[in-house]
Parts: sequence; C-alpha cells; structure tokens
Amino acid sequence: MNDRQFRFFTLSISWTWLTVFALVPTLMVIITSFLETNTTQNITAHFTLENYAELVDVAYLKIFLRSLLIAGSCTLLCLIVSYPFAYGISHSSLRYRSILLLLVIIPFWTSSLIRTYAIMTILKTKGIINTILLSLGIIHQPLQLLYTNIALFIGLTYTLLPFMLLPLYANMEKMDLTLIDAARDLGASKLTVLRKILIPITMPGILAGSMMVFLPAMTLFYIPNLLGGAKSMLLGNLIQEQFLSANNWPLGAASSVLLIIFMLLLAHWYWQRNPDSDRTELL
Amino acid sequence: MNRTIKYSYQTLVYAFLYIPIIVIIIFSFNDTLRSLLWQSFTFKWYQELIHDTDLLKVSWHSLVVGVLSATFASILGTLTAIGLHRYRFPGRKTMHGLILFLIIVPDIVLAVALLMLYNFFNFPLGFWSIFVAHTSFCMPFVAVMVLSRIKNLDSELVEAAKDLGASDSTILRQILLPLLLPAILAGWLISFTLSLDDVMISFFVSSPAFQILPLKIYSMARLGASPELNALCTIILAITLVLILAAHSFMRKKSI
Repeated sequence: MNDRQFRFFTLSISWTWLTVFALVPTLMVIITSFLETNTTQNITAHFTLENYAELVDVAYLKIFLRSLLIAGSCTLLCLIVSYPFAYGISHSSLRYRSILLLLVIIPFWTSSLIRTYAIMTILKTKGIINTILLSLGIIHQPLQLLYTNIALFIGLTYTLLPFMLLPLYANMEKMDLTLIDAARDLGASKLTVLRKILIPITMPGILAGSMMVFLPAMTLFYIPNLLGGAKSMLLGNLIQEQFLSANNWPLGAASSVLLIIFMLLLAHWYWQRNPDSDRTELL
Repeated sequence: MNRTIKYSYQTLVYAFLYIPIIVIIIFSFNDTLRSLLWQSFTFKWYQELIHDTDLLKVSWHSLVVGVLSATFASILGTLTAIGLHRYRFPGRKTMHGLILFLIIVPDIVLAVALLMLYNFFNFPLGFWSIFVAHTSFCMPFVAVMVLSRIKNLDSELVEAAKDLGASDSTILRQILLPLLLPAILAGWLISFTLSLDDVMISFFVSSPAFQILPLKIYSMARLGASPELNALCTIILAITLVLILAAHSFMRKKSI
C-alpha cells in the first residue's frame, strides 16, 4: 500500500464508522424531534414544534424541574465532598499518592449498576443502616429508606462521586502550591486564598467534574428505577418510557435534544473558560 | 490536629466508597437468605449460579460481545487516533469533536439514536445490534487513550523512519503499533469493562432473545437484593478489578 492509499484507507474507515453510527443517528434524533406522530403511533413526515411545546406541559415540566433540582444538588454535594478530598490526595506524599489515586480509579470504572445495587443492600429494611440504628436504640421501627427520594439521592451521590473526584484530582495535581504560600505570606486569610486562588485555578476541574456528574444524574434511568419510589421519575426515565412503552418517539427525541443542548452549553462554558486547554483534558 | 482531621476525612470518604461493595462481597458468602447476621461461611450461592443455565448462557453472550466489540473498538479507535494525529485533512476538527461528543454525551442519547437507526433500516435487535452499539461507545475511549500516548511519543522516530524511506504502513507496523501497544491494550481492557457493565444502551438495543449479563443483573436487582445476586456481583467485581489493574499498569508503562 502506498502512502496515499494508506491515508485514504485509515481516514475512510474512521469516517465511515463515525458517520453511520454516530453522526447519522444523532441527526435522526434531531429530525424526529420535529416530526408528528399519529394515532397508530407511527412517525409521520410532517414538520411540527408540537413535541417541544408538549415538553413545557405541566406534567413534563415537573419532571424536568425535579431532574434539574436532584441532579443539581447531587452535583453540589459531590463537589463539596470531593473538593477537600481531592486536594488532600493531590498533595499527599508521592509514596502514597499513586495508591490513593488507584483507590479512586477503581470505583470510577466499576459498574455503576453494581454500585447502585450495593446501595440497595445497605438501605433495605433489614440492611446495615436499619440494623445499626435499631441496635443503638435510636429507632424502634426499621425506617423505610429504600424506594424513597432519599435513597435515590444517596444512590446518585454514591454512584457518581468518583466522576467528580477524578477530574478534580487531575486538575489539582498540576497546581502550583507556591501560589498559596505566597498569598499566605502576603497576609491573605484562608478564605481569601480559597476564593481568589484555589477556586479560580481549579475551575476547569470543577466544571469537568460537574458535567460528568450532572448529566448522568439526570439520565441514568436504572438508579431511580432501583432505588426511588413510584414518583422518582427523572429525565432518563421519561425518555425510556417514551421510547420503550409509551411509543411516542418524537417526544422522547425532543427530550434527548434538550439533553444534547444542556451538554453543549456545559461544554461551551468549559472551553470558554479554558481556551488554551487541550480539549481531551475534559477526561 | 490538622493532620488528624485530614486523614480521618480521607478515611471517611474511602469508607463511603468501599463499604457498600465490601458488604455485598461478605454477604455473598453468608449462609442465610435474608438476615443481616453472620451465620456461617458458604459457597452455596456460587454453586447455585453455576447451575443456572440461563445465567451461563447470558454470561457467554456477554463474553462474546465484550471480546468482539473491545477488539473492533481498539482497531477503530487506534486508526482514528493515528489519523487524527498524523494527517491534516478537511473535517479533522469535526472528527475530533465527534469523538469528544461521543464520550461526554449522556449514554441515553446514544441509545435512542442507535435504536432509531436500527428501526429506520429494519435492522433486527439481537447480537449484531448490541455488538455495533458497544463498539460505537467504546471506540472513542480507545481513540482518546491512544491519542494521549501518541502526543507524548518522540516524533523524531517517525521523522527518521520517513527519511529512511519507510512508507506510512511500515511506520504503523514497525514503529507506531509497538510503541502504542500499552495504550491500545489498556483501551481494550477498558472497552471490555465498559461492555460488561453497560445497561443504558444495551437496554434499548437488545431483544429478549439475546440477553447479556448487565441486563440480567438489572432484572434480578429489580426484584430486590438476594444472596445469588451478591455472589454474581462479587464475581463481576473481581473480574473488573483485574481488568482495571491491568489497564492501569499498561497505561503507566513506557513500552512493552
């Protein structure tokens, strides 16, 4: 194979796969979100904005707002828990750092379904939490923890915490510690150092982590299905329902487009703040 | 004092991350159906898994899908990374953007997109639909891992080979592949892990006739916690741990 042929071969394989299995399907979602459904639940080729109008309908709006609220507060909690933790690890002695980091990487790649199931076993009526509370005499009846919004919230936080920890760590590891020393020498209080130095420097990590927690928190439909109650529907459950049981694909597609818009906004915000950063750093 | 706070806080977070998993592992060996109390050590639940023919079939499906899609994803991802790094072509930025899009886009969007594609072309759901879906979502991870390694390679090696008259395909075989091998292997292992764990996308693009392990675990978990499921999860946790540790050590290696 000569160089021209080789180049053509390499690029056309990549392009073919990405076009057929990524670009075209995504465009199909976007197009379908503007199409009508008829009573026999088929998609018809008529342009409409009806699907988007339907999304602001009270029932769906409620699911949206709840998804935003739950995913938002979960992201915030993950951030608050992760921030001092990631800072601690990234500046621990080199001898232990790699092992401490590995202990974060392992749950990062471990099946989130299994980790959700683990939370189920902890929260169930005869699970550890109830047993401990009962034996300490704090409660006399086992608490109904599983299948509530509390369980959903704990489950989401537990499952997604590593996705905040890792980007924050990656960002903090590169930080120049002398900046903090300098600020302290010049008389800045700890709070000023946090506000004026730490947070601005670690902003890329904060944004990357938030994106990796916020979007899955809204869409991992099996977490609400396994841990939440009947009313714990989030955006992911809505999309799942429209596609697999209600058979209203255009409405499901419109919800998916909304998710893509969310994602692009967050990504845009990230890259605007870090124009020189290598774009793969988001990982 | 400050140190004590720091260490106890770190311990607390690690405990939060690991205790639920450790609980599953411990209780997969406990000889009791429901109670939390420790009865006695048993392999009973593991033996029940071995005799569950449906589970064995589903595990076999997962193994086949995992190996094939990880392999295809590694080939595609490596070629894409090399193409992105070595060549300047129109649409290069679009390709890079598409790779990043596939990584950060919520899985559910990819799931409905592929379902629509299959539906439009009347492509039946089953082995092939899952295989293509898994290859698609694993490939960008390999591409990014390989790309980050290419960037750190000594570009003079490639220049020198070119000066000495090596063709692009020779450079790929003799220089790039051997140097990139650790990253490609790490990408393969991560792809296999992702394939073994994926519920979101498989849930949309599978049919009852061809089920895979994560979907089976999901349907078991919907019925509530059980010792058999604890045992099954323990096995998968063990496999995942080995894969992650191997991938981790490959990523840190300079070359093989």
